[in-house]
Amino acid sequence: MASLVGSRVERKEDKKLLTGRGKYTADINFVNQTFAYFVRSPHARAQIKNVDTSKALKAPGVVAVLTGKDIADDKIGGLIAGWRIKSEDGSDMKVPAHPPLASDTVNYVGDHVAVVIADTLDEARNAAEFVKVDYKVLKAVVNTAEAMNSDQIYKDIPKNLCFDWLLGDRAKVKEAFDKADKIIKIDLINNRLIPNAMEPRAANADYNPSNEEITLYTTSQNPHLARIIISAFNGVAPENKLRVIAPDVGGGFGSKIYPYAEEVVCSWAAKKIERPVKWVADRTESFLSDCHGRDHVTHAELAVKNDGTFLGFKNETTANIGAYASVFATVTPTYLFGPCATGVYKMPAAYSNVKAVFTNTAPVDAYRGAGRPEATYTIETLVEKAARELGMDPAEIRMKNFPTQFPYQQTLVHSVDSGDYVKGLNKAMEVADYKGFEKRKKQSASKGKLRGIGFCSYFEACGIAPSPVVMMLGCGIGLWESAEVRFNPTGNVTVFTGSHSHGQGHETTFAQIASDQLGVPIENIEISHGDTDKGPFGYGTYGSRSLTVGGTAIVKACEKIIAKGKRVAAKMLEASVEDVEFSNGEFVVAKSNKKKTIGEVAFACYLPGTYGEVKSPLPEGEEPGLKETSFFDPVNFSFPAGSHICEVEVNPETGETKVVKYTAVDDFGTIINPLVVEGQVHGGLAQGIGQALYESCHYDGSGQLITASYMDYTMPRADNFPEFQLDWTCTPATTNPLGTKGCGEAGAIAAPPAVMNAVMNAIGTEISMPATAEKVWKACNKNKKIKSEAA
Amino acid sequence: MKTFNYHTAKDVKEASKLASSNSAYLAGGMTTIPSMKLGLASYKDIIDIKGIKSLSGIKISRKSVKIGSTTKHAEVANSKDVKKAIPSLAALAEGIGDAQVRNRGTIGGSIANNDPSADYPSACIALNAIIHTNNRKIDADKFFKGTFETALKSGEIIEAIEFSIPEKSNYQKYPNPASRYAIVGVYVAKHKDGVNVGVTGAKSCVYNDKNIAKTLSNNFSSSAISNVNVSSSGMNSDIHASAEYRANMIKVFAKKAVEAC
Repeated sequence: MASLVGSRVERKEDKKLLTGRGKYTADINFVNQTFAYFVRSPHARAQIKNVDTSKALKAPGVVAVLTGKDIADDKIGGLIAGWRIKSEDGSDMKVPAHPPLASDTVNYVGDHVAVVIADTLDEARNAAEFVKVDYKVLKAVVNTAEAMNSDQIYKDIPKNLCFDWLLGDRAKVKEAFDKADKIIKIDLINNRLIPNAMEPRAANADYNPSNEEITLYTTSQNPHLARIIISAFNGVAPENKLRVIAPDVGGGFGSKIYPYAEEVVCSWAAKKIERPVKWVADRTESFLSDCHGRDHVTHAELAVKNDGTFLGFKNETTANIGAYASVFATVTPTYLFGPCATGVYKMPAAYSNVKAVFTNTAPVDAYRGAGRPEATYTIETLVEKAARELGMDPAEIRMKNFPTQFPYQQTLVHSVDSGDYVKGLNKAMEVADYKGFEKRKKQSASKGKLRGIGFCSYFEACGIAPSPVVMMLGCGIGLWESAEVRFNPTGNVTVFTGSHSHGQGHETTFAQIASDQLGVPIENIEISHGDTDKGPFGYGTYGSRSLTVGGTAIVKACEKIIAKGKRVAAKMLEASVEDVEFSNGEFVVAKSNKKKTIGEVAFACYLPGTYGEVKSPLPEGEEPGLKETSFFDPVNFSFPAGSHICEVEVNPETGETKVVKYTAVDDFGTIINPLVVEGQVHGGLAQGIGQALYESCHYDGSGQLITASYMDYTMPRADNFPEFQLDWTCTPATTNPLGTKGCGEAGAIAAPPAVMNAVMNAIGTEISMPATAEKVWKACNKNKKIKSEAA
Repeated sequence: MKTFNYHTAKDVKEASKLASSNSAYLAGGMTTIPSMKLGLASYKDIIDIKGIKSLSGIKISRKSVKIGSTTKHAEVANSKDVKKAIPSLAALAEGIGDAQVRNRGTIGGSIANNDPSADYPSACIALNAIIHTNNRKIDADKFFKGTFETALKSGEIIEAIEFSIPEKSNYQKYPNPASRYAIVGVYVAKHKDGVNVGVTGAKSCVYNDKNIAKTLSNNFSSSAISNVNVSSSGMNSDIHASAEYRANMIKVFAKKAVEAC
């Protein structure tokens, strides 16, 4: 049987997903179903003086109206921040209480105040209009940069400061800067984004009074984490009485890693009213209440020698984490951001200082790339600026500072096991026809267009993550992954994984891996995920971790299967275990033609004895059955890297910017399925180019969300993109048996600086994201004015 | 959505009889239904007029193109007759919304709604349209009154829109990157007796840019527009485009339209 790893196997899941046969949380309905509608705060910041539910309770179809007082009376715990960060001065981070339904105050538009539960959604929604909330409106804090000098939102949190964190050595950086020929400085805003998963968040909780168990269907990237949080922290039900199922999930991009207030409220309410409670976000609720991404204000400096050698780097960032500290809100701008801030380069001295601030905006958490896009945008626009100021070629300055010996210990945290950055950049320049750029620029100029080229060389830390390391850094959970490989008696296989596919294609790629390991045809392998009652505990899918961590767990479980299979086969073939070899699905006795297929061995494991034709006694002491579990904790992160080159054309009359050529050469280590990887890169690029040119979340001064629908929030569309030119280099990861590194976030990480560097190259002026037509037009006009004045 | 009574009218007379101050006519429903779903609008009676045959269809004469009010955008876009008589009008219809919208949305609905960034009102202005209702005929320049406001009286039904066939014409729009409605849309039409420049998206209501129109009446060339002053005063300003930017885009897109004529 030919190896499937590395081949373009079409996605097994696409048939159901593309023909409307997927089964999503919103598709689940129980007998006696009720529907929840949330009363949300229309104010960014207010005290709740009174909530009057009496009129709503009398409305047609209403089953219950529950408020913050009810949830507090039932002692349901608040939502949690999952990662404890310490400030530079050693003090713990400060976080406000975050009750699932607000009790005293509301802190962003969309904050949960009450829930109306009725026989139909229309009845719930109509009755919600009758819930009378008496607010005392307070002045909202909205602006990231000004948050520390604005009104104090929470009594115990001075300056609205969650933490003031440092990674690196200020003294060494000062020394390096003192020796520099030139200091390159940059001020950046990393624009706030709204995730916009195609499937809005949803929850449907069913309580079974006979066994007191709650079953929660939810749109989760991580159903096991949802269960442990809703059990251990919110206290809705003990873990053994709570089953969480994440069926088909239509995208998440990080926004569905952890449970929100709605899942907690639906689970609690279902138990309280003893009827199933269903909630499905409408699109406006998604805009208002899904955790947002990015939102950094950064000042960064790079110390360089005149020959382009980097000496030191510093980065002062204010990160807006919104109204509450969401589960991974505190790690995203710290350990996912700071260590990657020096980029791929040799950087003798560096520090990252991050102040995380609370504001009256939706909570901000991990969003595709989580910290690494912010880091990469900072260093890569700074490096490009250094090249401009030193009069160097942008490729040359990068090449000069790439490490070439691996493993490479970076200054801040990471020990990078493998990579070849020089090869990657050379290949990118070749694929992008860098040499031909000047010619293309002239062609554009003849049409009245300004053409620009931009580079980005990135690395990222994926395969999240070695549990002891992350726990030492404040993580409240482990980050290993599990797999259970179960042979069924008839010889087909079910693989249970603790990770969760919500668009990544695990049902195909994980089956490819198991197929190669076990020699079982891919169509006989089923990947099962998303149900806490089915497979072992796991940590879900995010941070480009699932293949590297979860895939390795599958390999390890398969190895255990084969080890047992050898013992059983040896008994069946009357040979010694040492003489049995396994390949292509067959156990073969060395130097003989005696063999058993893995299917025959599996069958024997389930029928251990002699019965008519069946002769399959197990070795003495061997347990029947053929099922193995593995829990894999990686020893290190994995480090995908690559170089992207973007070309844009700007129309100076209108400011319209078009990406006309985009080349991505990535090193993801071993590629299991190029078709799936290309899809992942395309998606990431769409989001990255989206951030650079189109997407931006706007709150007005009072904290009202202006971009609360697709009328105003600019999602990129297919006609915004050229045909992407993708290619690869491959240095396999040395820290996992597959050699994989992760590919899910690369596009979103690399594209923003590549695009922005191209725009700045075209117009010759610094400009902030998103480079909208009007901003670019204004920049072009300013240049024109400067030029005409100079003339 | 709040509950309402649903009626289907077999002819214009019945429809108008059913109308009240708390009713709405429904044809394509591209605005009415979302507004109702979002709770922005609610009606006691919805009167469905899309089954009324006399309101649908395209008639071409030597001087005009007359389009029934419930004619869908896709029908206008694909009409060989419209493409021949006023190609820019068919092209405008082709550029409205997306395929789903074009297959349901109607010209009468678009005009009656008078969204400040809708496409069709600019065509009405540029092509000296006459709006035929069940009571009277209204000139386009008297029809569009303000944001979502028209000269229609309560219960009045648009039956058809009659466009004058110009010597040449073209419509160019710069779409909002998010909604793809016009940030500015400029419809230039050269008639025997002068030029009209219908501008949508830029102000609270569609209007005829008299300065550009006058300049083009004297010299129908894109270079003539370069010297026209387009003031940003009274123009919309939002997160997508400032008044100043819109003023610039009107010039740029008027030039484009003239060049494409």
